[in-house]
Amino acid sequence: MEGIPMLLLTLALWGYVTGSLAGLVCWRREKLANLFSFGSAALAALCGIGASVVCLAGSATSFEIRWEFLESAVPYLKFSVRLDPLSAFFLLIVSSLGLALSIYSFGYARSFYGRKRVAVLGAFYNGLLLATTLTFVADNIWLFLIAWEIMALTAYCLVSFEHEQPETRDAGVLYFIMSHIDAGCIILGFLLLFQMSGDYGFDSLHGLGAKMSPGKRDAAFILFLLGFGIKAGIVPLHIWLPAAHPVAPSNVSAFMSGVLIKTGIYGLTRVCFDFLGTPPLWWGVTLLAIGMISAVLGVLYALMEHDLKRLLAYHSIENIGIILMGLGAALMFLHTAHPVLAALALIAGLYHTINHATFKGLLFLGAGAVLHATHTRNMEEMGGLIKRMPQTAFFFLVGAVAISALPPLNGFVSEWLTYQALLQGFGTTESLVRLVFPLSGAMLALTGALAAACFVKAFGISFLAQPRSEHAGKAKEASPSMLFGMALLAGACLLLGLFPTHFIRLMDPLTHQLTGQQLSARLSLADGLVLASLARDTGTVSTLGMVILSACLLPVPFALWLVFGRNSKTRRGPTWDCGQRALTPQMEYTATGFSKPIRMIFKALFRPRREVQREYDFSPYFATTLRFESHVEEVFERRIYRPARILIIRASRRIRAIQMGSIHAYLLYIFVTLLLLLLFAI
Amino acid sequence: MNLDPVATLAQAILLLLLAPVLSGLIKTWKATLQNRRGPPIWQPYFDLLKFLRKDMVISEHTSWIFSVTPYVLFLTALAAGLLVPMVSARAPMSLFGGVLALVGLMALGRFFLALGGLDPASAFGGMGSSREMTISAIAEPAMMLAIFTVAITAGSTNLSQIVLASQGPGWKFLDPSRALAFTAMFIVLLAETGRIPVDNPATHLELTMIHEAMLLEYSGRYLALIEWAASIKQLVLMSLLANIFFPVGLAAETTPVAFGLGLLFFVAKLIVLAGAVVLVETTNAKLRLFRVPDLLSAAFILATLALVSTFLFT
Repeated sequence: MEGIPMLLLTLALWGYVTGSLAGLVCWRREKLANLFSFGSAALAALCGIGASVVCLAGSATSFEIRWEFLESAVPYLKFSVRLDPLSAFFLLIVSSLGLALSIYSFGYARSFYGRKRVAVLGAFYNGLLLATTLTFVADNIWLFLIAWEIMALTAYCLVSFEHEQPETRDAGVLYFIMSHIDAGCIILGFLLLFQMSGDYGFDSLHGLGAKMSPGKRDAAFILFLLGFGIKAGIVPLHIWLPAAHPVAPSNVSAFMSGVLIKTGIYGLTRVCFDFLGTPPLWWGVTLLAIGMISAVLGVLYALMEHDLKRLLAYHSIENIGIILMGLGAALMFLHTAHPVLAALALIAGLYHTINHATFKGLLFLGAGAVLHATHTRNMEEMGGLIKRMPQTAFFFLVGAVAISALPPLNGFVSEWLTYQALLQGFGTTESLVRLVFPLSGAMLALTGALAAACFVKAFGISFLAQPRSEHAGKAKEASPSMLFGMALLAGACLLLGLFPTHFIRLMDPLTHQLTGQQLSARLSLADGLVLASLARDTGTVSTLGMVILSACLLPVPFALWLVFGRNSKTRRGPTWDCGQRALTPQMEYTATGFSKPIRMIFKALFRPRREVQREYDFSPYFATTLRFESHVEEVFERRIYRPARILIIRASRRIRAIQMGSIHAYLLYIFVTLLLLLLFAI
Repeated sequence: MNLDPVATLAQAILLLLLAPVLSGLIKTWKATLQNRRGPPIWQPYFDLLKFLRKDMVISEHTSWIFSVTPYVLFLTALAAGLLVPMVSARAPMSLFGGVLALVGLMALGRFFLALGGLDPASAFGGMGSSREMTISAIAEPAMMLAIFTVAITAGSTNLSQIVLASQGPGWKFLDPSRALAFTAMFIVLLAETGRIPVDNPATHLELTMIHEAMLLEYSGRYLALIEWAASIKQLVLMSLLANIFFPVGLAAETTPVAFGLGLLFFVAKLIVLAGAVVLVETTNAKLRLFRVPDLLSAAFILATLALVSTFLFT
């Protein structure tokens, strides 16, 4: 079975390269560039899906396929890739989202015709997909770091694609800086590992932690946590995320939120479960705590946003938090030598990873369609879109239900698994640390409920009621290819929600590789209809069963209607307007108003500030003009990043003193440095 | 497989028939305690019948969300009810989900109801949706923590398993952790069913209402479904409390006598709980909206204490 995945993955990689170049070849022919670059990306993604599915479905135990897809003349640098279960799983995520996004992009890129170079978008888009795929399948440190850097750079170029706006340029620069800090941390971390292994191949790093001294191991963990954490967008390293994701073109935002930040999750999983050996307890507790904080703060900040894409970006932070809860719990179970529970928690976290990719991708695509139709990201200027863009609205609703962890869609399933892992974790240890499990469960509950509130706001304000602006009133439905891209992801949300046991079967090799366990048989009951948490008695759930049950109950309300309400009529009338003449869109509840109770309850965190200016003639109640402003303090920006920035600038000014412009002085510096290095070498 | 179609049907009928009279009972007793003559306890049935027969007026701004909402709400409440043990310790559909599924189903209903409130473009509906989602969000952690306390001691999230475990020999009526968890859950019950001191089910003053504000545009059979769903949800939550914390008298065998006795016990427990709700409603004033978080964080702290005491007192 080795040949087919190798061939497919190689095809996928070259497909992205071709897409990148093909777009550039037809530089001025926009339609051709669009067709070639996104068509090639779609085909390549299809090959990627094929490669990962053949691998994961073909084996129930761990496997490893390694080869060099390109000869290299440079010493040390080998273009060697590997497909093991972990890589294959993430390859599945990047490829399935890549397929849906590429199809969506056919229609979406048309909005740039005559305005921007579609060829450039297509080239960088393919480059980003290529680099992300390579990151997941790289088999040595060099290739991983090169792919990581290309990924950061292409993503930077895509974020800054519409660089005419100053906001976009600022976000791009912030992303650029943060992604280089993270690359720096990761390089240092790998250097620590390399120092011990003496080889660049990932093979030699396997289980290396057991040979390292505890201090170095902890240092490596912290460096990787910082590096991958910045990429994943954990609080408080998240500030680039809500800035960069919204300003990118929407297909790229979807990719960044759906896959790019998952490279951080991939890195953490690879390093913690594959390289660093049995973890000390505090690693798991740290991840769990970071997960909790990121989840709750992410959703709280999301609630305060009325920029649709920024709102979604904050939700990515929340979901990364939920994923980290699963991974953190898994690390804790590995420490206490409960591999079965570790596998369960790992399944929960990684299931949520693919779920988040599908529903967040879907939501960003929906937001992109809305943005395309209304030319605004501000929810307060939308409204009534469900009548003008019915299909987009439906798909967005599917995504909203999924991300709010409501049954029967996929978000519910992975959060259910997380709850189960946390609950069963309580019995694994006697120490007080076990209190962290139910408490993080409670925080997960808070997160879920707040997410539901946030998506009632996002969907209700943007899509329901009357249009709040002229643009919203004139909105047109998205093009067929955009709708098809969304439909694919909505279908994925539904399938992952209704048939979890079948999907978990694909994760068997993965848990076997990382924890030595295969759980799919223990998690499935009644031919896969029911998802059980390890045993029948500890808890079962069946989303499909609930749907069937509801379908069986559906005749009840209809029978009631037939028996009693046969003669009743239905007519349309105006909404109750308290006897005034007519309701205008201005009287509707706003997004800001909707989240006001939350803003007031958590005011210690938000420190809301508002400013009202009225001009009036005789009474303040009859103002002639009114200006209202409301702000929420961004704690991390103000308390951490601004002081840090000031400090760095001040320090740079001091250091500038040694740059005096005299060539003799510079020669002296070089000489002293050389001397020091020679001394150090001796 | 413990999917018994007869039991499922029986429990569905029980849910449908018992829910309105429970609401009626609370209303009548409340009136009696306030020196009023209340409606007969059967009044909710007549109301439902009346709503079902009436014509509907639907706002012209609404979309299909508005029409789907009553059905979603009704079906989720009913499906949630089938996960909870009522007369027998074995809930008919407990294989399809435990307490987490129950919470999820109710959240799904609430999600759609809140959208239904926003759909007619009226400010009242939006206000109701906003408040409902806020209150449920801060009630959720307290509820989950209280549930976890019970689930951890029982080693399961399956409600039938939890009840069976509570019936075991270790069960104590005044176990501190259970008493604390019960109190927390009771507060959450008041919030989730829209009772004083959180919400006032009798009010029609727009600025104070929460649940009723979302229903303002509903009429006719949609309103009937929503009202019915609300009373089913109340019954489900009350039976959850009754059977988890007082697992006495549940039918263990499948004989008619056992079921009759189980039903009797079940109704008795509901009456006691309803009495408690009535007492709280008559002796308290409605809290200001921004005082409600204090009450719910008290519930959260109680639930935390319940959790801590599970291993302090064992």
